Amino acid sequence: MNVLSKVLALGALSVIAACSNNDPSALGGGGAGGTGAIVPGSPSDPRSPAYFQQTVGDRVLFAVDQSTLTPQAQTVLQGQAEWLLANPDFVATIEGHADEQGTREYNLGLGAKRANAAREYLISRGVAGNRLKTVSYGKERPIEICSTEDCYAKNRRAVTVLTGSTLG
Amino acid sequence: MMKLLTSLFVGLTLMSAPVYAQNGPLRLELDQGIIEPLPFAVPNFVPDGPSAAQYAQDISRVVAADLTGTGLFREISSNAFISRVSSFEAPVQFADWKAINADALVTGAVNVSGKRLTVRFRVWDVFSGQELGTGLQLAGTTEGWRRMAHKVADQVYSRITGEGGYFDSRVAFVSESGPKDQRLKRLAIMDYDGANVQYLTDSSAIVLAPRFSPTGDRLLYTSYESGSPRIYVLDVGRVKRQELKTQDGTMSFSPRFSPDGRSIVYSLIQGGNTDLWKMDLASGQSTRLTNTPAIETAPSYSPDGSRIVFESDRSGTPQLYVMPANGGEATRISFGAGRYGTPVWSPRGDLIAFTKQNKGRFHIGVMRTDGSEERLLTASFLDEGPTWSPNGRVIMFTRETQGASGRASLYSVDISGRNLRPVRTPDGGSDPSWGPLQN
Repeated sequence: MNVLSKVLALGALSVIAACSNNDPSALGGGGAGGTGAIVPGSPSDPRSPAYFQQTVGDRVLFAVDQSTLTPQAQTVLQGQAEWLLANPDFVATIEGHADEQGTREYNLGLGAKRANAAREYLISRGVAGNRLKTVSYGKERPIEICSTEDCYAKNRRAVTVLTGSTLG
Repeated sequence: MMKLLTSLFVGLTLMSAPVYAQNGPLRLELDQGIIEPLPFAVPNFVPDGPSAAQYAQDISRVVAADLTGTGLFREISSNAFISRVSSFEAPVQFADWKAINADALVTGAVNVSGKRLTVRFRVWDVFSGQELGTGLQLAGTTEGWRRMAHKVADQVYSRITGEGGYFDSRVAFVSESGPKDQRLKRLAIMDYDGANVQYLTDSSAIVLAPRFSPTGDRLLYTSYESGSPRIYVLDVGRVKRQELKTQDGTMSFSPRFSPDGRSIVYSLIQGGNTDLWKMDLASGQSTRLTNTPAIETAPSYSPDGSRIVFESDRSGTPQLYVMPANGGEATRISFGAGRYGTPVWSPRGDLIAFTKQNKGRFHIGVMRTDGSEERLLTASFLDEGPTWSPNGRVIMFTRETQGASGRASLYSVDISGRNLRPVRTPDGGSDPSWGPLQN
């Protein structure tokens, strides 16, 4: 649900993006408190990694043992692809993760499949393959640490982490 | 847990009536299901002088701890002793040891001269009044006193069971600290009993699954120091490491040495797909062993080097397969309920230890190499990653507890399923690799 609501917000925020592009003065920094001002690099700046992370959505989730992309995941990745195409200075590393069920070795393999599934989707939407690296963390880097399905579901993820940037 | 163990022993207890025969020399038959530990006494070894006194006492205690730790022996407290052993050469008063029901007696003497430490010892069959084997003298340095104690215990174990010991051995593992979502991992090595921990890496990068070379001189492990998982080999003596170059732009992990130490088998990830490869260490050349869209990992050689057991989900769930060491057709050997992983061939060649996941629980188990006679030895929220003692009698593994405060630690269990015990480490511990007996 969380992922969906972020995706729906994307349409609304793209209006702000358009405004900011037409109004360079709004990117002036300093007066962060001003009405309509967009602080470069802040989540309200549609060209910022923070915006990518929070508004576009930097992660997609998977079912147990699966690396196939759900319709929701495809929607998020579509947004990522559009953002990456609009911001060609960025490259990304897609991190594949698993929950703690399963052996260390198997989960490394599973994390790699998840990262690769996300990468292939972005490539299919036009993002150049040489901008997209993958790495598998298996079950080594959970973000949620409880041992219930609520946490497991959030840990079974592929996260697109922006690395290179010439912004700012 | 209890129910599991009880069911495992039904078949064994029936034939275990003569736990140790007393018609011939004292002998503990390990394959007959030891129910009653064999009582033994280790009076403090006799120091040759005041400088040897502490060593004599410490060595005796480590010998006793090694034997007791197997679960096969029970130490008789010195409070019960009738005889005092004040001279290594004086005749043993067997009646005094019989009276307190000691079946085996270990006597010894310790000499310290500068940094040189000499230990003499004898093992006695109290019932027959005979010596088991012949007295031995070991020489080393005072610094290495624990190793000498382990060597004495290995001799005692071996003379009473007829099998090789495992006390003078080391374990490489991953030392873990910090919460689950920010865990710090360091490669470490220690004596089999948790003493003498030494750290081999810092915690700046994730390190996983060290694997000893057959002679114990090198360790393979996986590190994220380059940003993605890659295989490194570390010279244990010099604590010097080197990356093993696999294909560019790929991830590699789960390495293991061949029994001759000249090549490794490992998992390589290309385009999201994990297959098994083999690398000749002298040339650095890699060759592909499997080629399927499935996750194929956790390879382990048979002791003769002819076959490899590994884990693959080519059937839909992770299961165990055996294939020729150069690749080729793989035969599935696991058919029970649940998912199987991390198979490891025993040093004796007769069994394969594995991790099993079924109905939300994890187990360490053993099966014959054709998959028959599966037995589960443990059960918990998360047990994984078995490694064999040098004599193939004990398995060490990782146990992780549940929830936000979950912590990984090392445990060992006898292959009979008995004697489950924690292995003490300064912090958390995971991914043990049990090295060979030292020279």
